[in-house]
Amino acid sequence: MKCTEFLKELTDYLDGRINENLRVELDEHLHWCHECHVVMNTTKKTIEIYRDNQIYELPEDLRNRLHQAIMSKCRKTKSEKTTSHE
Amino acid sequence: METIQKKAEEGITSELALVQAAKKGDLEAFSELVKRYDRNVFRIAQHITHNEEDAQDVVQDAFLKAYQNLEQFQGNSKFYTWLVRIAVNEALMRLRKRRNDRTVSLDEDVETEEGSIPREVAGWAPNPEQLYGTSELGDILKKTIQGLSPGFRTVFVLRDVEGLSTEETAEMLNLSIPAVKSRLLRARLQLRDRLAKYFKSKRGGDGQR
Ligand SMILES: [Zn+2]
Repeated sequence: MKCTEFLKELTDYLDGRINENLRVELDEHLHWCHECHVVMNTTKKTIEIYRDNQIYELPEDLRNRLHQAIMSKCRKTKSEKTTSHE
Repeated sequence: METIQKKAEEGITSELALVQAAKKGDLEAFSELVKRYDRNVFRIAQHITHNEEDAQDVVQDAFLKAYQNLEQFQGNSKFYTWLVRIAVNEALMRLRKRRNDRTVSLDEDVETEEGSIPREVAGWAPNPEQLYGTSELGDILKKTIQGLSPGFRTVFVLRDVEGLSTEETAEMLNLSIPAVKSRLLRARLQLRDRLAKYFKSKRGGDGQR
């Protein structure tokens, strides 16, 4: 297996969505290819680091403000709908 | 309405029941749906727009649009899938406005070679885990993902940050499954290459320590 072939399967490999035969081949490639081993490891870390460190959390006070704004707009839409039906 | 509220408090009201109640005009049920998904929509909007003001607008407009078009929601897919679809479109629209560029789309830059071949093959040391929770790490992560094209970062955030499946992501973005997969691979590799700048082993070692 060539490095480019390994790379093509990397996403499925990391997601654990790969059939057994192919997995064996990929594992074997990783065993002797240092570069792909590093790429695989650091890609895995890249995913973990973004998953574990939510960089865009919604602060609770902003969340409440947005919620109020949304609901008041919905209420307005609802009353407009009702009036137009009458 | 009382039963809906009560069940929602117990956390057992199904999404579909809430949608149906909201369709009939139950605002409390819709409010529950907002509370269920507002954090996710905000995160996705922030990742696409990279602008907090725009992200706030996206959250408001996406939920309002969903409410106004609830009649059109057929229930063939999950409400959340449908909602994210609306939010992604709103976010791309804001991005276009902000950049004053109508061509901003999910297809932008997919032809780039970047990320198709890894450039950095040094291991990472010390482990980035040591920076977990610091604002320094947050800045690095923001700066890095901002460099990706909208199509790549959107797929990455839905699949790897929000943890949605390839199939769900494809449905949300109106892309084929192979298109989602290839964007995801490229996004992951581009991020990895860019993060290496901060995390790669500086001693020229193999990073296995
Ligand atoms: Zn290799």
